[in-house]
Amino acid sequence: MSLDLALALSSAKPAGSRPYFMDPEVERVLNILMATVQELAVTRERLDTLERLLEAKGVVAQSEIERFEPTKDQAAERGLWMQEYLNRVLRTLQQEAEAMQTKGDLASEEVALEVSRADA
Amino acid sequence: MDGSPDLKNAGPAQSYSGPPDYRVVGRHGVFPETSHDEIARFNFLAHMNRHLSTRIMPAVKTAWERRAGPAFETRESRAPKDRHEVRKALLQDPYYQAWSALRRATMEQRQQAGRWIALRQAEILSAKVDGLTKAGDRLELDPALPIPRYVSAVDHHCMPGSYHREVFPGDVSGAANYDSGIFATTGGALGRFSDGGGHAVVKWVRKTLPDFRPHRILDIGANLGQNVLPIAQAFPDAEVIALDVGAPMLRYGAARAKSLGVENVRFVQGDGSDLSRWANGSFDWVQTTMTLHELSLTSIKAIFAETFRVLSHGGIVLHVEQPQYAADMPLFEQAMRDWDAFYNNEPFWSTMHELDLDGFMVEAGFDRAKLIHDGVTAVVDKDVFPDAADDEGEDYGRKAAWHVIGAVK
Ligand SMILES: C[S@@+](CC[C@H](N)C(=O)[O-])C[C@H]1O[C@@H](n2cnc3c(N)ncnc32)[C@H](O)[C@@H]1O
Repeated sequence: MSLDLALALSSAKPAGSRPYFMDPEVERVLNILMATVQELAVTRERLDTLERLLEAKGVVAQSEIERFEPTKDQAAERGLWMQEYLNRVLRTLQQEAEAMQTKGDLASEEVALEVSRADA
Repeated sequence: MDGSPDLKNAGPAQSYSGPPDYRVVGRHGVFPETSHDEIARFNFLAHMNRHLSTRIMPAVKTAWERRAGPAFETRESRAPKDRHEVRKALLQDPYYQAWSALRRATMEQRQQAGRWIALRQAEILSAKVDGLTKAGDRLELDPALPIPRYVSAVDHHCMPGSYHREVFPGDVSGAANYDSGIFATTGGALGRFSDGGGHAVVKWVRKTLPDFRPHRILDIGANLGQNVLPIAQAFPDAEVIALDVGAPMLRYGAARAKSLGVENVRFVQGDGSDLSRWANGSFDWVQTTMTLHELSLTSIKAIFAETFRVLSHGGIVLHVEQPQYAADMPLFEQAMRDWDAFYNNEPFWSTMHELDLDGFMVEAGFDRAKLIHDGVTAVVDKDVFPDAADDEGEDYGRKAAWHVIGAVK
């Protein structure tokens, strides 16, 4: 019950209309970005807690993390992960590039008319 | 003790000057539980606020001096005549826009983070508060009390639900959100229990009026009582009334006080502009702390008049607030201080800070020769918290350094 309340209401808008300082579209993206920046800091703090606990328990020393050198295979796996990651994050630029190279790309709305015509 | 060696000059802590980790926050019986990541979110927000005020805001002044100001003078062939013209000119400047957008976003994120914490345990908190306040006479609510228009029209400091709304009967999540988040908003500058203002007032009274032995104290707009508890603790023989219009704040505040072992405060729902339940001369001390700026012109006048009436002869009134916009305060500073008025839902802030409060006090009946003016800074545990008294920086309206304006009747 409380969790439902939190999901429904934690991001509620305060009474009073919101000022925008930039184009609302730009500020919207900034707002989402800053929330993401915050969550990255949260993850970083959690990781830091984990590393310190592991060190305190004698499992992994922080210096081992600093000096860690991946094997060739590990480096390749990590490199692939990085490539996959960037592809995913920068999806929109790849699609813009493909669009520039495409001629006569139709919108679905146009095709909708076309395929609905009796003589199609 | 956290197990680190006792070498005061050894590690990074020695030269560190940022906000303390949230985990030093003062917890009481109804303080919401916080997970690792919820704390990390508050840590981020405290640092974000500090970054905005120390790293980004100074350049807003540069933008004004080099860009927005000269552009205004070129356009209008004159200097700006008031702070509103300065603010409107700043609104055109991309740096002010970026700073403003980030400051607003940070405020909204702070509300979101605190609301998540409070709402996800809202029923548990409500039950705890109920358990601590059911018995006894430390809480007195008046469900019929009208909520003033200036409280309900916009939610102050972008806090959804303001001081008075409940999500279900008996809900205190608004108060728990407020209480848990102040530390992040202020970077701990108000101390463990966000009560550095109250301690500052006590210190001021002890120093300025060493023989003052108050018996009955009224705090108007006491909220959840964070700054009135130090007063009650400093004068344990006094009976203290914490007055507010918001029932959830009072319920939470009464439970909080109970769990902290402060017994001489009664949390009463009422409006400071009508103290008719108390006879003339009922109190020897009336206090408001950071409350005047959240009123309206009519209510501030009514509150001053009622304050005069309920004070006994020789009694004192003290209002703690951010400084007024005096004629010698640069228009740029006034415009920056006005930010919260217009962009952080503090609609009376701007007007309040230009009022002739002395004149209002005299109109209410106080003797001009017995008015009080002074300055105080938050009193905090300096080992853990940044001290506003040592802070050369300016946060235009948010620094833990205030003016005291008051009077002896
Ligand atoms: C910013 S808070 C005060 C903070 C608190 N005094 C402190 O020391 O942290 C303003 C409070 O004033 C209350 N308030 C506003 N108008 C009031 C009135 N006319 N009478 C009593 N309380 C009022 C609000 O409900 C709110 O809790």
